[in-house]
Amino acid sequence: MITIKNLHANVAGNGILRGIDLEVKKGEVHAIMGPNGSGKSTLANVLAGHEAYEVTGGEVLLEGKDLLDMAPEDRAREGVFLAFQYPVEIPGISNATFLKTALNEIRKCRGEEEISAKEFLQLVRKEMDKLGMDEKMLSRSVNAGFSGGEKKRNEILQLAVLNPKLALLDETDSGLDIDALKIVSEGVNNFKNKDNAVILVTHYQRLLNYIVPDFVHVLYKGRIIKSGGKELALELEEKGYDWLIKEDEAVGV
Amino acid sequence: MNKIPENTELKKWYSDQFDSFENKLNGGADTYFHQIRKKAISRFGEIDFPHQKNEDWKYTNISPVLKYNFKPASVLSETKIEDSLIENAFISEVECCSFVFVNGRLHSSKTNFPEGVTAGSLSEIMKKNPELVKQHIASLSENDNSFSALNAAFSEDGFVLLIDKNIQLEKPIQVLFLTGSDTENLLAAPRNLIVAGKNSSAEIIFNYRGFGSKVYLNSSVTEVFADDASNITLYNLQEENDDSFHIEKLQAHQTASSNFTHFSFTLGGKIIRNDINTKLSGENSASHLWGLYLGKNEQLIDHHTFIDHSVPHCESNELFKGILDDNSRGVFNGKILVQKDAQKTNAFQSNKAVLLNKNAKIDTKPQLEIYADDVKCTHGAAIGRLDDTAYFYIRSRGIPADVAKSMQIRAFATDVVEKIEIDELKEIINHKIFEHLRRVEVVNE
Amino acid sequence: MSDDMKVVEDLTQSEYKWGFTSNVEADEAPKGLNEDIIRFISAKKNEPEWMLEWRLKAYKYWLTMEEPHWAKSKYPPIDYQATKYYSAPKKMPKLNSLQEADPELIKTFEKLGIPLEEQKHLAGVAVDTVFDSVSVSTTFKETLAEKGIIFCPISEAIEKHPDLFKKYLGSVVPPTDNYFAALNSAVFTDGSFAYIPKGVRCPMELSTYFRINAQNTGQFERTLLIADEGSYVSYLEGCTAPMRDENQLHAAVVELVILDNAEIKYSTVQNWFPGDKDGKGGIYNFVTKRAACRGRNSKVSWTQVETGSAITWKYPSCILQGDNSVGEFYSVAVTNNFQQADTGTKMIHLGKNTRSTIISKGISAGKSDNSYRGLVKVNKNADGARNFSQCDSMLMGDKCGAHTFPYIEIDNDTAIVEHEATTSKVGEDQIFYLNQRGISTEDAVNMIVNGFCKEVFNKLPMEFAVEAQKLLAVSLEGSVG
Repeated sequence: MITIKNLHANVAGNGILRGIDLEVKKGEVHAIMGPNGSGKSTLANVLAGHEAYEVTGGEVLLEGKDLLDMAPEDRAREGVFLAFQYPVEIPGISNATFLKTALNEIRKCRGEEEISAKEFLQLVRKEMDKLGMDEKMLSRSVNAGFSGGEKKRNEILQLAVLNPKLALLDETDSGLDIDALKIVSEGVNNFKNKDNAVILVTHYQRLLNYIVPDFVHVLYKGRIIKSGGKELALELEEKGYDWLIKEDEAVGV
Repeated sequence: MNKIPENTELKKWYSDQFDSFENKLNGGADTYFHQIRKKAISRFGEIDFPHQKNEDWKYTNISPVLKYNFKPASVLSETKIEDSLIENAFISEVECCSFVFVNGRLHSSKTNFPEGVTAGSLSEIMKKNPELVKQHIASLSENDNSFSALNAAFSEDGFVLLIDKNIQLEKPIQVLFLTGSDTENLLAAPRNLIVAGKNSSAEIIFNYRGFGSKVYLNSSVTEVFADDASNITLYNLQEENDDSFHIEKLQAHQTASSNFTHFSFTLGGKIIRNDINTKLSGENSASHLWGLYLGKNEQLIDHHTFIDHSVPHCESNELFKGILDDNSRGVFNGKILVQKDAQKTNAFQSNKAVLLNKNAKIDTKPQLEIYADDVKCTHGAAIGRLDDTAYFYIRSRGIPADVAKSMQIRAFATDVVEKIEIDELKEIINHKIFEHLRRVEVVNE
Repeated sequence: MSDDMKVVEDLTQSEYKWGFTSNVEADEAPKGLNEDIIRFISAKKNEPEWMLEWRLKAYKYWLTMEEPHWAKSKYPPIDYQATKYYSAPKKMPKLNSLQEADPELIKTFEKLGIPLEEQKHLAGVAVDTVFDSVSVSTTFKETLAEKGIIFCPISEAIEKHPDLFKKYLGSVVPPTDNYFAALNSAVFTDGSFAYIPKGVRCPMELSTYFRINAQNTGQFERTLLIADEGSYVSYLEGCTAPMRDENQLHAAVVELVILDNAEIKYSTVQNWFPGDKDGKGGIYNFVTKRAACRGRNSKVSWTQVETGSAITWKYPSCILQGDNSVGEFYSVAVTNNFQQADTGTKMIHLGKNTRSTIISKGISAGKSDNSYRGLVKVNKNADGARNFSQCDSMLMGDKCGAHTFPYIEIDNDTAIVEHEATTSKVGEDQIFYLNQRGISTEDAVNMIVNGFCKEVFNKLPMEFAVEAQKLLAVSLEGSVG
């Protein structure tokens, strides 16, 4: 699905990613963990094409296509979806307008017909229902005045409706109470199938109780210093990150 | 040091025009209204055109306006106009009573008012029943600069609305001001008057539009009297021709518990100057000034607002938003005066502007002058560009860059647009934003 | 409430505590202003020919200018011929140590609490004191000299460092800049000069105290500070004047030059005589202060506490020329009785990624008028400029005025500029709350006002912050209940 090779990136001149290698195949769920400031969110934003991040080396291929050359909207149309850590408020634009515009752009790119208003409503209602969202949210402005939990649910709604190939979830669990966390996780679990892939960026293990990863990677100072199965997350939960960092520094890579 | 130009020839031009105007009036020259005109032209002779050395015109260079010898429409005979022009300019989506003024003169009307409402042409009312308007006309607006003086000197008509006490108008009134000519550089000088009696209410839409190929100057003055507990909303939609000039002054006077709401939507024109002044002189009254100005090409859009709190327990709210593209320039000067006795005043003012182009420019000066201690006054100004994170967020959902920008523009304008209480008008304004800025339209589902 | 009002009365009627005069014999120029007076000043100071020429040129330009009256101030015309332009304490042509100074003068300094004495040695403040027109002494010269720092009276700089002085004099505030700058350029008598060499962090705070003592004198000092590449200096300035019935003119010029990666922190406590409670007397404080951030990553920070003067016009400004340069302005201005203050700053963004911050706190009491007037200008090429301004006013009583006139001129689409202003009063509920906790109304108001000004006081060096708080307390503490 996606191949990341020796990816380097800067923010405001500072090297944040310093050689990331990662391969994610169809049907897989990968968790990226690491202490604050290790570059997790940067990785998610670089993959989605945020212009504040400057790619200084390496390559990223999405099903063989060079992702780094594309504008953010083209990446989205190719099937990359980033669920934001801090979803942005857009007053004056209704959720319905926003989502329908996005969906039709993506369908256009896939060579599909524009969705009719009726079909769109059916689709969205179904997904909102699953997420326990009030239908009134559709006519409200995008994220404007939403609570933290509502914003995160709205991200998952967009994920469900746009149905991308690769979902990047950036700290989707932050700021959620346990009930909301369950609903959001369920949304992600409903989304994933053998033809798509998920990359979860998270600081805590707790999300991984609900969305079980196939692989766990630990990011530190812009590099992956350890990869393993889901049991690695449990080990981190128990021991923290320090032992890994020490191990890494001892090796002196 | 360079001196303020005197524009002697131009001043003579207007003073000669005044002589022809008087000749044309032919006997009507001794009316009360004409005394006001004479005072105005004499004042016009005494003062110079505004110059950037005047603090009030610091950022607005009006010399392009002074390059023309505009012919006052009142000196010319009535303009013939095609019905299609009116149809195109008229906002037909809003159900309303309506008046059409062409070059400052009443052209046609469609009315259905209850008893106790006098609405129509100033010149007709002056002829039939001058006592109705005498005490109000020109009593508020002083000839404080050459343009307001020109308006007073050359006005012969305008929109008048007088509402008796306790009358609430259900439907809005639309007043279409069409200005322009294919043969003359015209000066139109509509003189409008709104007098709302106690506990009355009305919504009025002023729709300023241009036609014809010649550059014109529309110098308009509107006086509003809001008596106790009245509720007046005035929507001002300005779409003059791109090469023409619009200089307008609104002066409102409010007494106890009255509510005056003014919207200005400024889209058209080359140089636009709007003065919006309101005086709160009765307790518990409130003023709301909302504005949205959209600049493109070489437009220069200048808004000056002045809210005078002279008594206690009043409130004013002001929000102006500007979107400036291309080489356009915005000027916003908002002054709030809280006089000595105006305790418990609540005054809020904010001006926000975004620059869409590196050649766009904004000068802003929010001003507070406070002479009472128990007041809450805040003003703020914020200038920047559309937020990069929001831009990225929208595009990351697959939405093209141009639509993303439009969504951001709509989002920026929304807190002014959402205040419009006439739904049809709200959608029209939303549409016009994108049309004016030549951007992809975003329509909500 | 009536008790509160009494506190107000008591406090607002407190006398100016720095209003003593010193019986120091003075060597003076006759009243009036003409070319001869300028030659007299120049000769008195043994100046080279070029300096005299510079003065005369400024004078000739001044004659062509008109006195400005654009600020929100009202004052009777100033008679420039009734002022003495030179007054020097007679007894000390050259001083090597403080012990040699006129004992009266020392007493004056003690009354002022100027840190000239031994205990201040420990505090590590180097002081240049300007008394009327001439600089009396500069302490710590040797310690500073070891680091290559020059800190001396301007007259000494003209004599000993003519190249350095000449290079920067008038380069930030040219004599033609404005009416009072031109006047100052013609007749300035002394002031302080400091040069911090490359890479040097000035080990102590440099300080100058100004005092107008003699009658009918104007004070026209100049300050010129140069922070060479990578250097840092914190500079303090304090001012007092005795009580006099007539108005006295103070027209100073301060120029700061900041080169690559250098920083100047400039703090002022201005406590010139404000006039009595009926508005009689007091200093006209018309000052031009400007910093040129010429270098990349250079930084200037102006902090001022303005409690004195009958009229103050003062806009310490920052020309942010170097890329990434930073300008800051923190101000507390207090007016009482008939005082008028019109103060603020100008932030001129020329370089890329330049940043500025403005925090202004105005407190008005009595029948005074207090205005913030500022300009934030972002030029066409100043990509990435940022400004944040906050101007808060507090009114005490309903006979005073508080005004805000921010000019914002933006000619670059990448700029982000935010301005906020609020006006408030000391809340009765706040006072009641504090009263209820056993705090007197006087102390309560003092606490509230200090809280209001805290952001600015925090920027002052510790010693100055304490002095500023005391000044504020005397000026108006508790002026309303």
